[in-house]
Amino acid sequence: MTVNTAARPAVLSEQKPRSLTETRFRPFDLVFKSLSVLAGSITLAVTVGLIGYILVKGLPNVSWQFLSGTTSVLNDTVGILPGIVNTLYIIVLTLIVAAPLGVGGAVYLNEYAKKGRLTKVIEFTTEALAGIPSIIYGLFGMMMFNNLLGLRYSILSGCLTLSIMVLPTIIRTTQEALRTVPTGYREGAAGLGASKWHTIRTILIPCCKSGIITSLILSIGRIVGESAALIFTAGIAENLLQNVFTHSLQSGASLSVLLYKYADQGDNTTAFAIAAVLVILVLAINLSARFVSARTKK
Amino acid sequence: MTDVKSSALSKANRAKNTIETVMNGIFFVCGAASILCVAVIAGYMIVSGLPAIQEVGLFNFLFGTEWAPTAENPQFGILPMILTTITGTLGAILVGTPLGLFTAAFICYLAPKKLRTVLTAAVELLAGIPSVIYGLVGITVISPLVANLFDLPSGATLFTAIVVLSVMILPTIVSVSVTSLKAVPQEYSDGSLALGATNVTTIFKMNVPAAKSGIITGIVLGVGRAIGETMAIIMVSGNVVNMPNLFGSVRFLTTGIVSEMSYSSGLHRQALFSIGLILFIFIFVINLVLTGILKKGSKQQ
Amino acid sequence: MTDKMTASHLDFYYGNSHALKDVTLPIRENRVTAFIGPSGCGKSTFLRTLNRMNDLIEGARAEGEVLLDGENIYGPDVDVTTLRKRVGMVFQRPNPFPMSIYDNIAYGPRLHGIRKKADLDVIVEKSLQGAALFDEVKDRLKRSALSLSGGQQQRLCIARALAVEPEVLLMDEPTAALDPISTQKVEELILELKRRYTVAIVTHNMQQAARVSDFTAFFLVGEMVEFDETRTVFENPSDKRTADYIGGRFG
Repeated sequence: MTVNTAARPAVLSEQKPRSLTETRFRPFDLVFKSLSVLAGSITLAVTVGLIGYILVKGLPNVSWQFLSGTTSVLNDTVGILPGIVNTLYIIVLTLIVAAPLGVGGAVYLNEYAKKGRLTKVIEFTTEALAGIPSIIYGLFGMMMFNNLLGLRYSILSGCLTLSIMVLPTIIRTTQEALRTVPTGYREGAAGLGASKWHTIRTILIPCCKSGIITSLILSIGRIVGESAALIFTAGIAENLLQNVFTHSLQSGASLSVLLYKYADQGDNTTAFAIAAVLVILVLAINLSARFVSARTKK
Repeated sequence: MTDVKSSALSKANRAKNTIETVMNGIFFVCGAASILCVAVIAGYMIVSGLPAIQEVGLFNFLFGTEWAPTAENPQFGILPMILTTITGTLGAILVGTPLGLFTAAFICYLAPKKLRTVLTAAVELLAGIPSVIYGLVGITVISPLVANLFDLPSGATLFTAIVVLSVMILPTIVSVSVTSLKAVPQEYSDGSLALGATNVTTIFKMNVPAAKSGIITGIVLGVGRAIGETMAIIMVSGNVVNMPNLFGSVRFLTTGIVSEMSYSSGLHRQALFSIGLILFIFIFVINLVLTGILKKGSKQQ
Repeated sequence: MTDKMTASHLDFYYGNSHALKDVTLPIRENRVTAFIGPSGCGKSTFLRTLNRMNDLIEGARAEGEVLLDGENIYGPDVDVTTLRKRVGMVFQRPNPFPMSIYDNIAYGPRLHGIRKKADLDVIVEKSLQGAALFDEVKDRLKRSALSLSGGQQQRLCIARALAVEPEVLLMDEPTAALDPISTQKVEELILELKRRYTVAIVTHNMQQAARVSDFTAFFLVGEMVEFDETRTVFENPSDKRTADYIGGRFG
């Protein structure tokens, strides 16, 4: 083996070894570090500023009466109870539809389907669903559920639309949780003669419980924040809950939609009060998602 | 005796098998739900979007510069909206990408531990804030600010919309970039540092390029979010159909649908669905691009 | 024969664990010094104190001094980047960067301010020749470094280290992840390298230490038990623990 070590690149060998304590000016480092610090500060400032501004402007107008009353021009009162009830109602109804479908889809992808064309198509379409903007969901929901199925502007129509929208969130998060279950568990169960469904029911689902809960919390976050898809499907009515079952066939605005409605009417005071309530809700949702996933890691 | 036992067993077995088959079917249906939804949505968008395009003519629809659906001689040109959407998205990406990328680098490598936790939480929070709130703050804070700053009669402009969109896509870019920066193997930075690179140089010349495909994914997802955003920008962009002008009132594809849906009918309504179809195609192309990037990225590994 | 580097009374801690205990050891110029010992004995830790790569680990702390040409590398105001430029390192697992072969080699020189393509071309060629890799890759310098075989990748990493003109080359079990033929190539290379560089190598393989090194230091649970010429350490060790280890009684 011949190795040429005699000829040296002229450029470098002329340099004398530098003393270890010689300081150097590094413009690249200085610029890029400053930019990073600046960007981090801007992001933090924007978030803190945004949240702070909303709370400061909105909270003073959040009273018990505001939360527990209804808006009435006659009595000159503003209250968002219908909005709160509708939001909760929409969350529950949407998850009743979407949770089994999403968890089932994830189980199918992870446990039943063989890796191949079909799983690829399912994964691609799941990604596609996640990328479709809510306004398209709104249009689709309006055509499909309001018009074709004759549900008109109704909470049920909104919930069906939102179920499709949150499906990818549930599928992906559950899939991630399923992947962390060691293969040994499945083999162990199969070795004892357990059927696939039995294994899923008694081992896999309990193992991924907190993953599934996380996916539901994330979905709740999306539902709470949604407006464009709901305006065209669930409408903007502010009716109080009279009957738990028939309520789903009535039009009803969630808090986010209400916020838009009031802002559109120029009532920014009420809009900010609703915004403050929403921000607190979002904070609570984020905290509980963190709490659940932190517990999983332990 | 044995007969009875075996028949009981086989009965149990048969029941078990039936359950298995049924459950298999149920899970299959759940799995296929995504495909079904995408197919039905795509089908509906096409079926309801095509008639108006046929009536108006594809060229006139896409490249017509006048949108006057309720005029005596109605015009259905959506070029101003298409260009506004493109300009707005580009603007948001131009602001959001450097901001997001440097924030991600700061979170991953430069921030002290406590600040890192705080910033991560902040970014998650930013992602969770409803669009309508962005719109509300945009119209009450940023819009007047823009009007004052540039001495405009109204602050409801494309510029304001870009500012709002930049903040809205920030969490997407930051969180996807952070994930992919964290996935860069320690060995790369070790190798770079061992050659005498500083920490900062290693971050920006080694780790960031190594996380390239993940960062691009984040940007593409940001593009998707910006194109599809509706409720925030309808409140801040002025909502007049104009060719994109940074300090003028404009209308996006998405806001075009919302602002007229409630009172439209006939061809006008169909044209709004056609806008939806165009938007859908935009998003679909972005999804294809994204899949392409991810494929390329996984090949490199 | 002068001492290029000298560790004197060096203690090293990872948090509460005392990883190196009062190590005093010279690294002779233009010679190969091997560090041997059972796993966890501190030989790799010691190697990594020589270019302060341990600084990256949280809670790591060094006491004592390590001199490079008489300058304490743990002194105040030391610029670790200058240190690492002068004391290069090759890792246990080949770690080529995810870029072309050419850019892998040019990465270091570019860091240190060399921009002209003609200069970089020269450096890339010489470095690859220095690592006995040039003939194998000269037609595909633009190809990804990840397409090379494991042995080639490790020689690429050596070439990459040579490209910044280090004075000392540290090698942390450089053949641990390689097949026998690649190992032989790297060993031949090490023998060539000592003509121009000072080499320190950690190895698990005692035959390898015997084959390539001039001096050998034996480590055991954080202590440097014995340091001498390789022949002496292997044939006539003065400490019984060294003899037991060399004789294969433990480790």
